[in-house]
Amino acid sequence: MALTPDIDYREMEKSVELSEIQHGGDDEFLTLNMGPHHPATHGVLRLLTTLEGEVVRDVKPIIGYVHTGIEKTCEDKAYWKVIPIVERMDYLSYYFNALAFCGAVETLLEVDVPPRAQYLRVIHLELNRIASHLIWLATGGLDLGAMSVFWYGWRDRDQILDLFEMSSGQRMHTRYFQVGGVMEDIPSGFEAAVRRFTSGFPTRLDQFEDLIDKNEIVLQRLRNVAAVDEQTLLGLGVTGPLLRATGNPFDLRKAAPYCSYDHFDFKIPVGTVGDNYDRYRVRMAEMRESLKIVEQALDGLPEGAYITENRKIALPPRHELATSMEALIHHFKLVTEGFRVPPGEVYYPIESPRGELGCFVRSDGSAKPARVHMRDPSFVNLQAFKPMVQDLYIADLIATLAMLDPILGGIDR
Amino acid sequence: MPDATGLELIAGELRDADAEAVLGTLHFRGRATLLVHPDAVVGTLEHLRGRGFNFLASVHGVDYFPEEPRLGVMYEMLDMRTVDRISVKTRVHTEHPHVPSVTPGWPTADLQEREVYDMFGVIFSGHPDLRRSHMPEDYEGHPQRRDFPIGGEPVLYTHNEPRREPE
Repeated sequence: MALTPDIDYREMEKSVELSEIQHGGDDEFLTLNMGPHHPATHGVLRLLTTLEGEVVRDVKPIIGYVHTGIEKTCEDKAYWKVIPIVERMDYLSYYFNALAFCGAVETLLEVDVPPRAQYLRVIHLELNRIASHLIWLATGGLDLGAMSVFWYGWRDRDQILDLFEMSSGQRMHTRYFQVGGVMEDIPSGFEAAVRRFTSGFPTRLDQFEDLIDKNEIVLQRLRNVAAVDEQTLLGLGVTGPLLRATGNPFDLRKAAPYCSYDHFDFKIPVGTVGDNYDRYRVRMAEMRESLKIVEQALDGLPEGAYITENRKIALPPRHELATSMEALIHHFKLVTEGFRVPPGEVYYPIESPRGELGCFVRSDGSAKPARVHMRDPSFVNLQAFKPMVQDLYIADLIATLAMLDPILGGIDR
Repeated sequence: MPDATGLELIAGELRDADAEAVLGTLHFRGRATLLVHPDAVVGTLEHLRGRGFNFLASVHGVDYFPEEPRLGVMYEMLDMRTVDRISVKTRVHTEHPHVPSVTPGWPTADLQEREVYDMFGVIFSGHPDLRRSHMPEDYEGHPQRRDFPIGGEPVLYTHNEPRREPE
């Protein structure tokens, strides 16, 4: 391969076929490139738009600008070393990526996760869901011109990152979930800190709603904009808040409970018409439900082990290394080679903040996965962008992209 | 998940329609898989749609190197009412990696099939716009294949950039 490939960018542009647009002979179209470096595309998404005046007639998302080959890298790592890399796919919902992968490997290994670990996972997952929705709210607010919402969103998300730092030492990409459980037990004071957050956050949500729920500009920008019906979305494979905004209550936490979600009492917020306003309201309501789940998980947090006792999979406790030869051998084997996983293929779907996040893992019996594939909801949901924004103003395209909430790290992987 | 009998029942129905369609069934860790002939993919998915599996959740590519046929394409089907899943798998050789596209019937497969084409080189005949999804258009090879090396990418810095001769 040549070091400087001779690329004719004009030629490459031509190879992207824009769809046939029905129009009268006098119409003039403008092809406008937006991105990949555009603040309103929420990452490095490139949109090739065809405009008639200010109206979007066609849009083609072009992706791959942050493709880092994570799935390929996974095939070169031991199973437990894959966790930190898959967390970097969808960089706002790292706990979900880790759970999808760990869940798939646990299914292959047929290992049971202790109840305490499951509850700890739920606490972190739901806090992460709130943090992810807060970024959506902050950046979405920015796209609508609500600058203060932007700062408030980041401020509250920072409190959640403080909690993550407390339990795992990291604010993002925490590597807290491990195959068979979680990395370590929560520190003393964590529960009180989470409760401080959960008791204060509903007031924050009220403030957000006071700020934008009845704001005339926000209502005009969101209501009855970019509504797509349920059947079209289902055909396009859309899941998550976008689908629930149309009134379809499909949520894997309720539909196919994993990680002991069936122990908790929570509701699935749904919309009615599936426009941008419904998408906004569904996510706002989801944050309140997540808070309820976190509180219930703290109330019912069981005692016991936080990771499986199976020493072929989980590292032995630190203090055993000094006294037990066997623990030392297990530690050495796990750190050098990792654990071997029985051959087979599994698909493990969970409900991420953006929809169905499924992890497909194929094992060939060795200590490294033979294939890791993430069915990332942002990647699939992005296909619904064109039906949403066709024949809208270009300003609504920005607002709709914000309400679609794509994360380019997850799309490109 | 359909249990082992339910899976055999579906396989039997497909075999009644086309004796060559189903090559095998697998029930593993609660996951039901139908191994079908590449030509039968579209028909199988349509049949499953009739059985309630009307949501195509995901399309994955897999490379089974060094087994033959090497490339695999997997379709994860979901029935949202009963929350039931079944996966359909097909295998093709690298010499003739053609699988009929399911995009006309399942719009969600558009981007996902492009990804499988990009990463594994499976050609989906009948796909309306089969371009690379992630890699640059002039990229050579299909990086997710098992025999594609890791770290083979030249990284361009100023010190290894070919020097331009002064005029």
